[in-house]
Amino acid sequence: MSALARNAVARFRSNRAAVAALIVALLIIVLSIAGPWINPNGNDTLDWLHTAARPGLAQAHWFGTDRLGRDLFVRTLEGTRVSLAIGLVASAVSVLLGIGYGAIAGYVGGRTDHLMMRIIEIVSGLPLIFFVIFVTVIFGRNVFLLFLSIGAVAWLTMARIVRGQTMSIRRQEFIEAAVASGATPARIILRHVIPNLMGPVIVYATLSVPQIILFESFLSFLGLGVQEPGASLGTLVADGAGELQAAPWILLVPGTFLALLLLCLNICGDGLRDALDVKEG
Amino acid sequence: MARLAAMVRYFLTRLATAIPTLFIIVTITFFVMRAAPGGPFDEEQTLPPEIIANLQNAYGLDQPVWRQYLRYMTSLAHGDFGPSFKYKDFTVTELIRQGFPVTLKLGSIAIVLALLLGIPLGAVAAVSHNSVLDHATMSLAVLGLAIPSFVVLPVLALLFGIHLHWLPVAGWEPGSLKYLVLPTAALALPPLAYIARLTRGSMLEVLQSHFIRTAIAKGLPLRTVILRHAMRPALLPVASYLVPAVAAIMTGSLVVETIAGLPGIGRYLVQGAVNRDYTLVLGMVIIYSALLIGMGLLVDMLYAWLDPRVRPQR
Amino acid sequence: MAATLSVENLNVSFTQPHSSIAAVRQVSLEVAQRECVALVGESGSGKTQLFLAAMRLLPKNAASDGRVLFQGVELLGADNAALNRVRGSKLAMIFQDPMTSLTPHLRIGTQLAEVLVQHAGLSWRDAWISAGRMLERVRIAEPQRRLRQYPHELSGGMRQRVLIGMSLLCEPSLVIADEPTASLDVTVQAQIMGLLRTMRREFDMALVLISHDLAVVAGFADRILVMYAGRIVENGAAAELLRRPRHPYTAELIRCMPKMAGPLAPRMATLAGQPPRPQEPQPGCAFAPRCARAAQRCRAERPPLRTLGAGAVACYFPLDP
Repeated sequence: MSALARNAVARFRSNRAAVAALIVALLIIVLSIAGPWINPNGNDTLDWLHTAARPGLAQAHWFGTDRLGRDLFVRTLEGTRVSLAIGLVASAVSVLLGIGYGAIAGYVGGRTDHLMMRIIEIVSGLPLIFFVIFVTVIFGRNVFLLFLSIGAVAWLTMARIVRGQTMSIRRQEFIEAAVASGATPARIILRHVIPNLMGPVIVYATLSVPQIILFESFLSFLGLGVQEPGASLGTLVADGAGELQAAPWILLVPGTFLALLLLCLNICGDGLRDALDVKEG
Repeated sequence: MARLAAMVRYFLTRLATAIPTLFIIVTITFFVMRAAPGGPFDEEQTLPPEIIANLQNAYGLDQPVWRQYLRYMTSLAHGDFGPSFKYKDFTVTELIRQGFPVTLKLGSIAIVLALLLGIPLGAVAAVSHNSVLDHATMSLAVLGLAIPSFVVLPVLALLFGIHLHWLPVAGWEPGSLKYLVLPTAALALPPLAYIARLTRGSMLEVLQSHFIRTAIAKGLPLRTVILRHAMRPALLPVASYLVPAVAAIMTGSLVVETIAGLPGIGRYLVQGAVNRDYTLVLGMVIIYSALLIGMGLLVDMLYAWLDPRVRPQR
Repeated sequence: MAATLSVENLNVSFTQPHSSIAAVRQVSLEVAQRECVALVGESGSGKTQLFLAAMRLLPKNAASDGRVLFQGVELLGADNAALNRVRGSKLAMIFQDPMTSLTPHLRIGTQLAEVLVQHAGLSWRDAWISAGRMLERVRIAEPQRRLRQYPHELSGGMRQRVLIGMSLLCEPSLVIADEPTASLDVTVQAQIMGLLRTMRREFDMALVLISHDLAVVAGFADRILVMYAGRIVENGAAAELLRRPRHPYTAELIRCMPKMAGPLAPRMATLAGQPPRPQEPQPGCAFAPRCARAAQRCRAERPPLRTLGAGAVACYFPLDP
């Protein structure tokens, strides 16, 4: 590990909040993956004997059940899995998109860059939800488009950051040397520009995951995202919202998981940003 | 006097760019929607083709697209947003007229709340840099930013509505404020947190400036230095954030209106999307876009006040 | 007569994550009433930090100890109320960059008037009128128009005049001018120095002039203090010091002043080497590495500041003892 990386790790470790957040986030992730082995209740198993049961460790259902008798522990972990999966995949897509876009804009510069940045400006001014609603109106509910719009949340910041970094790297001398020795732009971008971007990319990739999960659960809550019977944390919270007075835990369990997950991911991302000393723009 | 005239001229130039922008947005929206596959009647139970043809005729959908566009734009100029395809008895205009005031009230209270609480919180955190207060405020800010409003609002409703019985859980009564308390709180929380963070960071930077050093060297009390000398430059990033803030509040209002049962236009947007109700969605997009553009105009004028260097010279 | 300003054993250091940097080391000096003292040294010598510490304007990561007495009031330990009574009224400071030292979004008139409103209890209207009169005194044309303008509408020289005027509003006993001409054109420099001279006479106050340029202070100051690496190395009456410098560093500074009279030298005189970095305190005299007269003793043990004639020198082998 380079000295820079070692330095960053040390700084991250000294940020107690970030470390705690990281541990909690990992716990949640592990739990959501290992869930089915811990609790044998199926996701769709309806327990007619215990509908809307209160949570309690001594009970048959640790986190209670919902109105249909489905075990909340299992459902919540399933929802967490789905939200995480969507979050990671969409995040990966948006990161790649952002890097590509930003690297090209920053490297080529000039009018192309200007145009590309104008596009970003315009797009970032629009609330994304309207775009999604738009798309839904036109094309109906479509999983592919859902992913596309969700991924669209985070790529803008990434593109901006990457462009800025690319521009400053571009001006450095070793790039001139590479160009002089006849390397093609693609090769230069791949071998020289991108490795130097790792710091900001890691930070904003980490920060984009909770952004995306938030947006996805937002959409799912409204009924525009994941559909029944699939469960994401958003749909689970939506289910619970209707039962607030009678059975608040139906909302509180997935809600807490969601809030905790988002909180920890955000704190980690902030911690990474401080550790790697990345600045905006 | 001359300065006032210059400001008015500045406003008018900005307005002159705003109106065409809105126009373009409406036009693009219209044509993209018309160009899409499917139509508002696809989801209906299978109807005999003659009836569908009749419906299409009644709503003008069998006309060439450009004629539909002209028809739409002219009625728009008269304030008529056209009929809703799904809510058969209502025109979009009526739906807007019913729901818009509610949403407007919700949104404006939220943004004002976010500013009134966020700015002082951030300023106090900056001035007491690295103190317990500073760390506490910023930790709360992280919470406010991370936790989604559709989790916050039910929790608030649970606590204040169901357990403490202080406020109603949901519902609406025109003219009554108590139904708005919890929704606006939940809606304002994320922008509040962000504004607090922004203000703190910006204030910390401004406090390093030379002119602040001069102000302190003049023997002015700290409160004067902060309020008179540091506040306005520190608020520039907050002014930049206003438009995204309003956009965020618009987005959040969709969820908040749903949970709290508020009869605003947010639910029309969501329903319109699900039902593929063209005119309804189009109408909503126009309203929301006009709001955002209007906000942008306001922010431009705000900039000029905050930083005299931006002002048009005589 | 009691000195207007008395600094005793002042130390200023800045704390970094892993170290502490001393910018000012054990400095003692006095400024008598109505005296004009010049403090000369290279950048990094600590001359500005010294007076920032006195005015309690240092950033939070700075620590200072020692005593600073202004007209009998101890400044370093004073509470904010007492400090603010003195700052801006009886003890004023003019900073070196007029371009950034004025608040951009407030009118000139406001920035001047608020001093009077704060310290003299005037109403805003009266303060504004007085501000206009001060602008006249610092020779700014069309004062009424300028009062209503914003800093960016004034040139650098004019802004410096405003800053000077701002410091004089409450008839201070001591004004500290930190490199008042550093960022100005040469012609404007002369004007500003002339203005300072006139103001000093008209207001009958003490003046501390901080500069890295001996040429600027020559013919202006009563007494000159020379600083090097955070310490005072020479102190003497201006004319004497310039004619017969005692410390080798002072001599070098004088040698490097461009000569207006006499034949043009083929090359400008310069001082070889660099001042020591504050993080690396050496035992012995800080100037030794660059001193032609340095001996073993100089490198081993730091020479204390000792009275010599009418002034003082910190050197084991002063010139012309």
